[in-house]
Amino acid sequence: MAVLTEEQSMLRDAARTWTREKSPVTAFRKMRDSGAPLGYDPAAFAEMAEMGWTGVIIPEEYGGSDFGYLSLGLILEETGRTLTASPILATALAGASAIILGGTQAQKEAWLPKIASGELVATLAVDEGAHHRPNHVTLTAATSGGGYTLSGTKTFVLEGMAAGLFVVSARTDGDVDDKYGVSLFLVPGDAKGVSRKALKLADSRGAAIVSFEGVEVGSDALLGPASQGWDLLEKTLDRARAGLCAEMLGSSVQAFETTLDYLKTRVQFGQVIGAFQALQHRAAKMFTDLELARSCVEAALTAIDNDSPEVPELVSLAKAKVGDTLHLVSNEMVQMHGGIGMTDAHDAGLYLKRARACEATFGGQAFHRDRYARLQGY
Amino acid sequence: MADFGGDDIDTFRAEARDWLSANFPASLKGKGAMMFAEGAAGGGGDFRAWTKAMGEKGWGTPTWPKAYGGGGLSIAQARALQQEMNAVGAFSPIGGMGVMMFGPTLLEYGNETQKQRHLPPITRAEIRWCQGFSEPGAGSDLASLQTKCEDKGDHWLVNGQKIWTSGAQWADWCFCLVRTDTSKKHEGISFLLIDMKTPGVETRPIRLISGNSPFCETFFTDVKVPKENLVGPLGGGWTIAKRLLQHERSGLAGGGAAGRGNLFTGPISDLAKAYVGTDAAGRIDDPDLRSRVTQHEIEARAFQLTAIRSMSEAKSNSGPSTATSIMKNAGTKVAQDRHELTLEILGNQGLGWEGDAFKAEELAAVRGWLGGKAYTIYGGSAEIQNNIISKRILDLPDPLASTNH
Repeated sequence: MAVLTEEQSMLRDAARTWTREKSPVTAFRKMRDSGAPLGYDPAAFAEMAEMGWTGVIIPEEYGGSDFGYLSLGLILEETGRTLTASPILATALAGASAIILGGTQAQKEAWLPKIASGELVATLAVDEGAHHRPNHVTLTAATSGGGYTLSGTKTFVLEGMAAGLFVVSARTDGDVDDKYGVSLFLVPGDAKGVSRKALKLADSRGAAIVSFEGVEVGSDALLGPASQGWDLLEKTLDRARAGLCAEMLGSSVQAFETTLDYLKTRVQFGQVIGAFQALQHRAAKMFTDLELARSCVEAALTAIDNDSPEVPELVSLAKAKVGDTLHLVSNEMVQMHGGIGMTDAHDAGLYLKRARACEATFGGQAFHRDRYARLQGY
Repeated sequence: MADFGGDDIDTFRAEARDWLSANFPASLKGKGAMMFAEGAAGGGGDFRAWTKAMGEKGWGTPTWPKAYGGGGLSIAQARALQQEMNAVGAFSPIGGMGVMMFGPTLLEYGNETQKQRHLPPITRAEIRWCQGFSEPGAGSDLASLQTKCEDKGDHWLVNGQKIWTSGAQWADWCFCLVRTDTSKKHEGISFLLIDMKTPGVETRPIRLISGNSPFCETFFTDVKVPKENLVGPLGGGWTIAKRLLQHERSGLAGGGAAGRGNLFTGPISDLAKAYVGTDAAGRIDDPDLRSRVTQHEIEARAFQLTAIRSMSEAKSNSGPSTATSIMKNAGTKVAQDRHELTLEILGNQGLGWEGDAFKAEELAAVRGWLGGKAYTIYGGSAEIQNNIISKRILDLPDPLASTNH
C-alpha cells in the first residue's frame, strides 16, 4: 500500500466501511437476480455520490473535491473487493477525465457539476468490435451546417443503458485505423437518433450497444481539437484504465483472501487443506503476484497525479500485470474451492466472470504488453 | 538531521560529487559488473587505490557507525551517495559477506570487543569473511546441522564439515553455525567465529557447472577456537542466523534482479534488437521472442517498483512492508529469466565456452546463465521462501511443525 495522506486514509477507510456494510457481494448478487435494467442499484449509487465519490478528480470550482487519481483508485479498490456495481468508473473517472482534460470552460461548466453530483452518468463510447482498438474508428462525424452529423455504432459501452452523456470517438478525416482524423464529441443521451440496446454479459453489468443514426450536434459538442483528438482520447483512456486497474486489484485481493480463508477451514484427510504444500506454494505465488501488481497500479495512479511523461507505459504495465494476476487468482479461486466453487451460490463464479470482463475492458493483457513494448521502442 | 530531501542532502551530494571526481579512477568507470563477475580475476593498481580511498572514507559501508570504520551516513545520504556513484559509473570495491551479512549482524548481536576487532578491517576490505552454514546433510533443513563444538574449558573444540562455503579458499575468517547441544535442535546451535588459518581447517573448492569454483567444502578437524569468539549466548545461534539470512536475502534479491555476471547491462530489448534485428515498424523481428522479452521487462519493472514501494513503506510509520517477503523469489526469477533470454538472443554466440571466436560479454553470458541457476537454491531456496510466505505472512499451518521447525 502506498504511503497515504491523512485525507486519503480517511477516504479509503470510509470506502472500506461503506462497501462492507452497505454493498457486500450479496448486494451485487441481489442486483443481478433482480434483473436490474441499468446493471447497478441506483439507490446505492446515490449514496456513493452523496459521499462525494463522484467528484474525487473534479476541480472544486465544478463541484468536486480535486483529491486526485490515487484517491479515486483507493475507492475503486474497495468497490472492486465487493464487486460493487456502479457507474463510478465510467462517469466519475472516464467521462470526467475527458472533459477535465479536453473541455472548454463552457463544456466543463455544463457537465462537470452534474457528474460530480451524480445526477448525470457520462461514459466513453469508443469500441466498435470484439477487441479494444481505439484507433479503429468507422463512426463518422460529417460537417453539416454549423455542426456535425454522427453516423455509426459503438459497442461494449460501459453503463450504456444509464448514460445521459456519451463521449464518442468519431472519424472526421483519415483512414479507418489512422490516429489522425479522430475527434471526440459530447453527445447527450437523449439526442435525436441515439438508440441503445442492452448487452447481457456474463458479469451482469450495464454494458450496451449504442447506435448514432444521423445524430446532429452543434460545433460546441466537439471535445478537443477536430481530427487531432487522438492524444486526448489516449490520455482519457489511460486514466480510465488506471482506475480499472485499481478495481481489478481490489477484486484480486478479495478473491485471494476468500480463497485463503477456505484453505484454513476446509478439512480433508483429517487436516485443513491449507496444510498441504502443493496449495501453500500456489498461495505464495498468488501473494507474490499481488504485491508486484499493487506496486504497478499505485505507480500508474501516482504518475497521473504527478502528470508524469511515464503515464502511458506505467498504465500499460499495470493493466498487463494486474490483468495476469486477476486471471490467475480468479481461476485458482474456483479450483481451490473445488465443487462448491462451481456453484452459482458461491462467490467464486462472480469474481471469475467479472475478472474476464475487466481484463477485456480498455485492452487486455496482450494489447497492453504490445503497447508497453512499442512505447519502449521495441 | 532530516532523513530525506532538503539542503542537507544537497550539500552532502555536492561533497560526494567532489570527492568522487578526485578519487574515482577513470579507468574503472562502468567496470563494476566485470570486477565482480563469477570467477573474475580481480583488479590492478587503480582498483587497489580506489579500495584504499573508499576504505579510509568508510563509504564502502556508508551507514555503519564511524567508530567501527563506517561512513556514519544517514540512509538518505547513503542513497544520495549511491546515486552520485551511479552517475559517474563508480561502484563500491568493498563488498562480500562481511559487508552484506556478517557486519550488520555483528552490529546487532556482537559485544563491544568483537565489534571493535572485526568491523574496521571489513570496512577497509582487509579481511574477507565466509559463511559456514550449510552442511552435506543440512541444506534447506539448515537447523539439522551437526558440526560439533565442545567446551574444553579454555577453548572450543570444533569438528565437522561445511559445504557451499562461498569464497572459503580466499577467506580469512568464517562465521559459523555449530552444534553445542545435541539434545535440542534449534536451541543447540551457536554462532562462532573461526580464523581460517587455525590448524585443522581445510578447504576444497567445488567445480560448478559454470566451470568456476566460487564455493568450497570446508573441513574442521580438532580446530581450537578461543572462547571469546562465541557471538551472542550459548545456544542462541539460530536467532542470529535467521537475522543474518534476512540480510542475505535482501542482498540477493536486489543484486539478483540485475543478474550478476551478465555484462550486458542495458535493456534486454536492446540486445534483442542488435542480435535479432527489427522489422519495418522497429519491432524485434521475432514476435514470439518480442512477446517474451516484453513479459520479462514487465516483471522486471514490477519488481523494481516493488523495491521502491517497500523502501518507502518501511520509511513511513506504517511499519515493515509485507512486500519484503516476496523480494527474493521475485528478484531471482527476474534475474534467471534475464540470463535465459540473453542466452537465447545470442544464439550460438551465446554458447561459447572459451576462445577468441567470442566476445568477452558473450563468454560471460554463458557462465552467468549457469551460475545464475544457484540464485533460487542458495540463501533459502525458492521453495523455502514459499514456505516462509505461507507460514509467516499467510498464516497457513506449518506442515513441518512436528519436526520442530
